Amino acid sequence: MANEPLIEISNLSKSFNIKQGLALEKINASILPGKIIGLVGPDGAGKTTLIRIMAGLLKPTEGTIKISGFDTIENASRIYEIISYMPQKFGLYEDLTVNQNLNLYADLQGLSASQKNERFATLLKFTNLKNFTNRLAGKLSGGMKQKLALACTLVSKPRLLILDEPSVGVDPISRRELWKMIEELVKENITVIWSTSYLDEAEKCSEVLLLSLGKLLFFGPPEKLTSTVRGRCFHIENAIDKRKVLSNALNDENIIDAVIQGSSVRLVAKQNTKPDISSYQAGENAVLKEVVPRFEDAFMDVLGGAQKGLSPMVEFINIDNKNDKPIVEVKNLVKRFGSFTAANKITFSVKPGEIFGLLGPNGAGKSTTFKMLCGLLKPTEGEAFIDELSIQKVTSQARSKIGYMAQKFSLYNNMTVLQNLNFFSSIYPAKDKREEIVKKMLDIFDLKNFSNIPTHDLPLGFKQRLALSCAIMHSPKVLFLDEPTSGVDPITRREFWKHINAMVQKGMSIIITTHFMDEAEYCDRIGLINNGNLIKIGSPDELKDLVKSKDLPSPTLEDAFIELSNSNGEKPNG
Amino acid sequence: MGNKNFSKKLKRIKALIKKEFFQIIRDPSTILIAIIFPMVLLFIYGVGVSLDMNNLKVGLVLEDTNPEATSFYASLKDSKYFSIDISNSRKDLEKKINASKLKGMVIVPFYFSDYKKRLDKKGPIYVVADGSEPNTANFVQNYVMGAYNKWLIQQKLTYSEPDIPKIQIQQRFWYNEQLESRYFLIPGAIAIIMTLIGTLLTALVISREWERGTMESMLATPITMREFFIAKMFSYFTLGMLSMIFCTFLSIVFYDVPFRGSFLALLVVSSVFLLASLGFGLLISSVAKSQFIASQIAILTSFMPAFNLSGFVFEISSMPYLIRLASHIIPAKYMVSSLSTLFLAGNVWRLLIINILALLVFAFVFFTIMAFRTKKRLD
Repeated sequence: MANEPLIEISNLSKSFNIKQGLALEKINASILPGKIIGLVGPDGAGKTTLIRIMAGLLKPTEGTIKISGFDTIENASRIYEIISYMPQKFGLYEDLTVNQNLNLYADLQGLSASQKNERFATLLKFTNLKNFTNRLAGKLSGGMKQKLALACTLVSKPRLLILDEPSVGVDPISRRELWKMIEELVKENITVIWSTSYLDEAEKCSEVLLLSLGKLLFFGPPEKLTSTVRGRCFHIENAIDKRKVLSNALNDENIIDAVIQGSSVRLVAKQNTKPDISSYQAGENAVLKEVVPRFEDAFMDVLGGAQKGLSPMVEFINIDNKNDKPIVEVKNLVKRFGSFTAANKITFSVKPGEIFGLLGPNGAGKSTTFKMLCGLLKPTEGEAFIDELSIQKVTSQARSKIGYMAQKFSLYNNMTVLQNLNFFSSIYPAKDKREEIVKKMLDIFDLKNFSNIPTHDLPLGFKQRLALSCAIMHSPKVLFLDEPTSGVDPITRREFWKHINAMVQKGMSIIITTHFMDEAEYCDRIGLINNGNLIKIGSPDELKDLVKSKDLPSPTLEDAFIELSNSNGEKPNG
Repeated sequence: MGNKNFSKKLKRIKALIKKEFFQIIRDPSTILIAIIFPMVLLFIYGVGVSLDMNNLKVGLVLEDTNPEATSFYASLKDSKYFSIDISNSRKDLEKKINASKLKGMVIVPFYFSDYKKRLDKKGPIYVVADGSEPNTANFVQNYVMGAYNKWLIQQKLTYSEPDIPKIQIQQRFWYNEQLESRYFLIPGAIAIIMTLIGTLLTALVISREWERGTMESMLATPITMREFFIAKMFSYFTLGMLSMIFCTFLSIVFYDVPFRGSFLALLVVSSVFLLASLGFGLLISSVAKSQFIASQIAILTSFMPAFNLSGFVFEISSMPYLIRLASHIIPAKYMVSSLSTLFLAGNVWRLLIINILALLVFAFVFFTIMAFRTKKRLD
């Protein structure tokens, strides 16, 4: 039984229309039961398409998927009894309570009243939702919604559980809880397909399907892929200027991937090469250390590595920071909504050319703080200064010093690239320079060939560039980034950080919120917010040191985040 | 086995209906369309809007001041149809017509009272009406003529002129004796409300399931599309019928609209009409996967035609041939006709049965198309 494959994908191709080519191309794989299978790949790789075919929601153009011997199209009605599927948007009825949602799914799966009672008791305990059964699903926190959605898909105890990016937009604490729940399920012999853009999750799967542009590049245990970059992963430590080292490393053709990790720079070198750090201007004290490879290193290697070359931002941004005075000064910011204190006496400052991260669980108060800093929310008490201008008193003057990039790129999707640029240039008082700036942006971000294409047809990487260019075309001194790469694949995220890195080198300051710990590693300092309080400020390495213990000799930033959030104040819901 | 399958099916449908029920009572937009909107619409057509013209603002230039002329003025002034603005200068009134302050003017020339010397024994008057509002202009013309004729008869009676007409017209209006426009506007409004619930609301709530991703997770459960649609239809059918009963109650009790047919006939006609509307709503939702597009399509293809081409406000028989032809494919037309018959005339089965059959054809066509279009997949 255990050796018979549960899912048999044979020669599977899917095309939506002839013009676009194949969304999936000749996929073959047989998956054994009782495992967690990670499904990874850059955006547009075909992950959701593959998942939907598995769930019997799309018809393959060629080939088949058989689950437990049943064809997803011909035996569709049997498939729905074996599988449970949780789509990206969860599929909860937000105007129904937790209990009503569970009841609906249980009745649809044909559970009897006694089966229901037993199953609900288990699931509510499992998901920690026991005290919220009468709450409307729409009123739950992100993490709880996700758990409820999972509970709904589990009412009938499926043989195969399919999850499409369940952890997008969810904080690390909820993410880790979800993972533990899934591991429990596997013990009950449920097979799980888990699509994710978090590669640390993929690393923990027993097998990984790696898709790119519709092709299956790798199928097997993640360690097998990781081992292909063994001996090629390095840290540069004690560099004088890590950002300079990063951009130099990205210019080195022997380097496949380079990222900042706290105070060091992580490199993946090409096969049979060793990085020559003498050309990186790293300073005399810099040392090169070989490190244990991660799945992400191998992922980047398979997919051809990070985008090379210097960011063109270097030519555009040049901020003159005359003195070393803080560019952002936050003094005792308080925000109350009725009796609820969303932000309590937040105080910190950001230096010119610094990347400051605001981290915290969902609902901790980081968005509230963020909005007060941009002048979008009026604080109940306290004050914030941007370049010595009070954002509360001279709002529009202070706002002209900041750039803002919202989640999901706030672009007008049905306008062309040029129209978007023109629009965003016109709301800033740049006047005569507008045309010149728009032209420059098209040049710098290499958008010229796309200028007349509607924004929703742009590839994701270009969309990101466009959003960034709209946010910085007035040369702000501080750039606010609100979860800028949520739901974006690692390759596109690398490109984004290349631009940010270049701008920071030229004196721009960044304030960022994120749930991605590798993104947080780029920060010079991190402010950790929980229950409305700023509980810790420190560099990524300092935060990691705080939670170092015998059991945890080399904690990750995620370990630090979870430990520190849990030890300070009661745990927030979800 | 078949029996067991059937009871499973029934259980699933029941679960879905329960879900719809919770959603309906918690969704403010449903309450808005099913309760608030009908109340507002009935109020507007019951009290606010009237197609009868009273107090038309008309100017009068009295160039002749003889008793005959002044008595004509008095009879105009006494009429409930006019509110007279008297002046002795044409120029002055022309300006007011230009400024849309008057709908027209009546000129009584200085030789008016010499009419007895004329061959036709009629006093000449001159009526000007503002043609930019043709309907009102017609009213001005006709009402002034009516008033004038009445005055003429009065005159002849007073001075016992010999040639009183031998035939007089006695007017009777059947079905709507007082010619109250709300008597036919309110039944029409009920048809509009049912169109909104059947088509707009249904299309909206299904496209919402697509938009929020709940449809995708529904599709991956053992339910079939047919079960899904049956549950939706049952729920919105019930809501539509309740709304119809509520509206009928309001019309009869609060707006004094007579109801001369049978309630059974009303139930039958309404059910068939709702089926057709629901069928069309489902059809829209199978094309439109976002609420915005669904509401646009529903408003353009069902609400607007139901408003303009159903005979609710505008008389179909006075429309051009092609539009008259087009009005046959508007289900609301049959509903408006049935409702005004039931409210004002009674059980005229010959007419009702034709309407019911037509509505059944619509329902059949929509459901047949749906049956072919529906598959349980995303592509």
